[in-house]
Amino acid sequence: MAPFEPAALPELLPVFYRRLFPHGAYGRWLSYGGAVKNYFQLREFSFTLRDDVYLRFQSFGSPQELERELQRINPYKIDIGAVYSHRPNQHNTVHLGAFQPQEKELVFDIDMTDYDDVRTCCSSADICAKCWTLMTIAVRVIDRALVEDLGVRHRLWVYSGRRGVHCWVCDDAVRKWSPALRAATVEYLSLVKGGAETVKKVNLCEPIHPFIRRSVGVVEKYFKAYALVGQDILGSPESWDKVLALVPDEHREPLQSEFPKKRDSVQRWALLKDRVERTRAAAGKGATPCYADWEIMLQYCFPRLDINVSKGVGHLLKSPFSVHPKTGRVSVPLDLQRLDQFDPFAVPTISSLCHELDTAGDAGEQEDSGETEPKRRVRDYKKTSLAPYVRLLEQFVEEMERARRGERLRRSDLQGDF
Amino acid sequence: MGPAVALRVREIDELWWHYPGHQTARRDGSGRGWPCAGSWGAGPGAGRPAGEMQFSSAQARGKHLWLSGDRRQLYPHSLQFYLEPPTEDISLSEFESLAIDRLKLLKTVESLGVSYVRNSDQYNSKLASELRKLKFPYKALADDDYEARRKDHISHFILRLAYCQSEELRRWFLQQEMDLFRYRFSQLTDNLMQKFMEHVDLSFEAISEDLKNELASELSTSTPGFTMSKVKEQMFYKVGLADAVDLFRARRVFIKDGFAYVPFKDIVAIVLNNYRAKLSKALALTARSLPSIQSDERLQPLLNHLSHSYIGPDYSVQKSTGKISLEQIDALSVKSFPLCMRQLHKALRDNHHLRHGGRMQYGLFLKGIGLTLEQALEFWKKEFIRGKVDADKFDKGYAYSIRHNYGKEGKRTDYTPYSCMKIIMSNPPSQGDYHGCPFRHSDPELLKQKLQSYKIPPSGITQILDLVKGMHYQLACQKYFELTHDVDDIGFSLNHPNQYFTESQKLLSGGREPKKEVSNSGNTQQKNNSQESMNSNSTPTSSNTTTDAELEGLEAYFTED
Repeated sequence: MAPFEPAALPELLPVFYRRLFPHGAYGRWLSYGGAVKNYFQLREFSFTLRDDVYLRFQSFGSPQELERELQRINPYKIDIGAVYSHRPNQHNTVHLGAFQPQEKELVFDIDMTDYDDVRTCCSSADICAKCWTLMTIAVRVIDRALVEDLGVRHRLWVYSGRRGVHCWVCDDAVRKWSPALRAATVEYLSLVKGGAETVKKVNLCEPIHPFIRRSVGVVEKYFKAYALVGQDILGSPESWDKVLALVPDEHREPLQSEFPKKRDSVQRWALLKDRVERTRAAAGKGATPCYADWEIMLQYCFPRLDINVSKGVGHLLKSPFSVHPKTGRVSVPLDLQRLDQFDPFAVPTISSLCHELDTAGDAGEQEDSGETEPKRRVRDYKKTSLAPYVRLLEQFVEEMERARRGERLRRSDLQGDF
Repeated sequence: MGPAVALRVREIDELWWHYPGHQTARRDGSGRGWPCAGSWGAGPGAGRPAGEMQFSSAQARGKHLWLSGDRRQLYPHSLQFYLEPPTEDISLSEFESLAIDRLKLLKTVESLGVSYVRNSDQYNSKLASELRKLKFPYKALADDDYEARRKDHISHFILRLAYCQSEELRRWFLQQEMDLFRYRFSQLTDNLMQKFMEHVDLSFEAISEDLKNELASELSTSTPGFTMSKVKEQMFYKVGLADAVDLFRARRVFIKDGFAYVPFKDIVAIVLNNYRAKLSKALALTARSLPSIQSDERLQPLLNHLSHSYIGPDYSVQKSTGKISLEQIDALSVKSFPLCMRQLHKALRDNHHLRHGGRMQYGLFLKGIGLTLEQALEFWKKEFIRGKVDADKFDKGYAYSIRHNYGKEGKRTDYTPYSCMKIIMSNPPSQGDYHGCPFRHSDPELLKQKLQSYKIPPSGITQILDLVKGMHYQLACQKYFELTHDVDDIGFSLNHPNQYFTESQKLLSGGREPKKEVSNSGNTQQKNNSQESMNSNSTPTSSNTTTDAELEGLEAYFTED
């Protein structure tokens, strides 16, 4: 893959917005079927230009207008904001208090830096194939709860382009949620609590809520390969002391003396797990049930959400298919069917895509020579490794459109009954 | 108040009559111009659903009934959602005495909430006796307590006027009114609860026995205190997430397919949540009409007095601006900062960085103790550029939000330092954060070690940890103050980090204020600030008063990825 150089962005971005960005599906997504008048026009976009110049409160009459503007100013980064009471680009012309965010997708932002206290492989902005499993687990846990618990249907999961993932929940009803309900959702979905001054960040007590039980079920599938083998969290006295700090006193000391006798993390974990599980089996006979094994699994693996991003309706989040200006990687949708195989390092970068265009260029041009200029451009991404990701966005939009048609049919049927 | 006492509020009403925003509500003549009409601002029937129509007609009829002597129908229940402003005339002296009684009541609610577990026997009996003493409705069943119900109604609306004026005041008022309502609702019999819920239009559909049996084990593990047999006994209701938001948030209810399955006993939480939302919205709307109330020179001093004498100063007007030099801060942080600020200061010095929540909490505190904008910019910049942030990035990213805090950017609101309640209740610290209340948000074991390292004697540490265990975080902090300042009883109740600082400085300097740094710009700064804080009071705030979004600067709107 061609290495990415941030310095090349001014040269690459015009190509990206002209030939690669999926303007069609993107516009269809954010128009939401056109059922609500002006929905697209009232949406805030924000652009980051060269040298960190922010342009907030941009808005456009149509997806075509947005496309033209993207191709004109070639932003380094696109953020999507809320749907406002008035057109965002005219926010200065209305009375201060009158300009209010009204709706937005419910969004989640999961960032690898928030896991620094439980990763041994990397820190801050760095990621590797090992710790990426944390993101896989996060998506699995949150997505299950969104569907089964919250009854949500349309979730677009996206790789942020660097060290995390975003989720856009797009159901009609959810886009109208209040900040209070959004905040409550994040709290419902959060189990890891406390800042730098808290050692034990997960505390479970009976009864164990089905959400927690099911989340543990998800984490369990990854825990051995990720935490015990990959991160080797019980591999040395230093690392197992960190784990044992989360275990109640009466179990810590016996485990501390037993651990050195065992061969590896897997064996030591079996010892710990066996010990606390016995307290649960004996519960009811006077013993206090202990969930230390679950607490450890959750503290090491459970998703850590940024509440502020989800809570505020007006909060901005980086748009899908925006290029990450530091890595050059395109923020692409995730295929949940093949999530475990997703490799962030294999995501196309703007430079690799432009290179692909160049090599595919000659052959393609001849074939398509009969077609008009704009039509050819629309299909350019199909010659590149961006194509499967665009297909994911299209499938997502088609699924929403199908649901909308179904809903309309159901309603007209209901009316027919009268 | 002299001869003014003789004035009828009706005359003041006529002044209110002319205020924009209430004109429309009053043109029909159904009400008297109380500038605090519930959650709706338009006249009867003006685009409101039919269900709400009855309120306004009830309002017109209420006045009529009262005149004809049948007063009972005006208040069919011993408690209410306060949807209708009062319509009768009252004298200014009654206005004042009603207000003062309700403040006494709310103040009692606050102090009981600090000292006792809510809904414990002691809490309930003390609150009941206070209600009785002040002649508010205290027995749910008493059917002939018209006077008490009227007092409850009118006094609530008067305090709304006094306590809508800033976010901090609204937060306090909302909290106390919620606790009061929670107590009074919990005292109702099941039958009266059901009737009251129908009255306020909050009835939910019970799930069938079949469905309940199917979900029984999940209902039992989701609902604290519900064994399988108890699940079988009780009715469960299917409630939308928005209505059950508090139960949902705390995972105290079974959630499936976007619905909460709520047992009858937890329906209380839903009623409370609904009441909170309504009151919060009403306070925001009242705040919008504030300029009109403020221009009434007879009421404004009274309302201001009411709010200030009971919640204490908000530390937004800096009498001490420019009196602290940056070199003093390290020493002050050890001597006179409350633990939360000492922790933030140390984290800042150690890491040369603080995340957004910490910058807000600590930055506004420093502003409150007297740092000028110029000092603040210098202070933060010096520290940040020792870490990963270069001067250019600081000027672009962080300087904005500091100027924002000082009311120099964006909406130009002059932000006030956070109170203990705000720090304890909102925005808990997460990964990498050092803000929050150390008594609320630390592991007891770490707190203990920290207190040990600060040379707090073991007996004092035990006392503090006991208070923390009982969730009396402010009392724990107060104890910390006493121990570090070597006094037996500080003689005030602690509710603000800046109050902690001021009191500490008073004690340490024997009543004298910290040494003044000669600075002319400091004085002009002070003038501007007090002016701006007055302006900010009259600026209408957004409808979601309880969200912190308005406190966030530009950079908080972007994800650092």
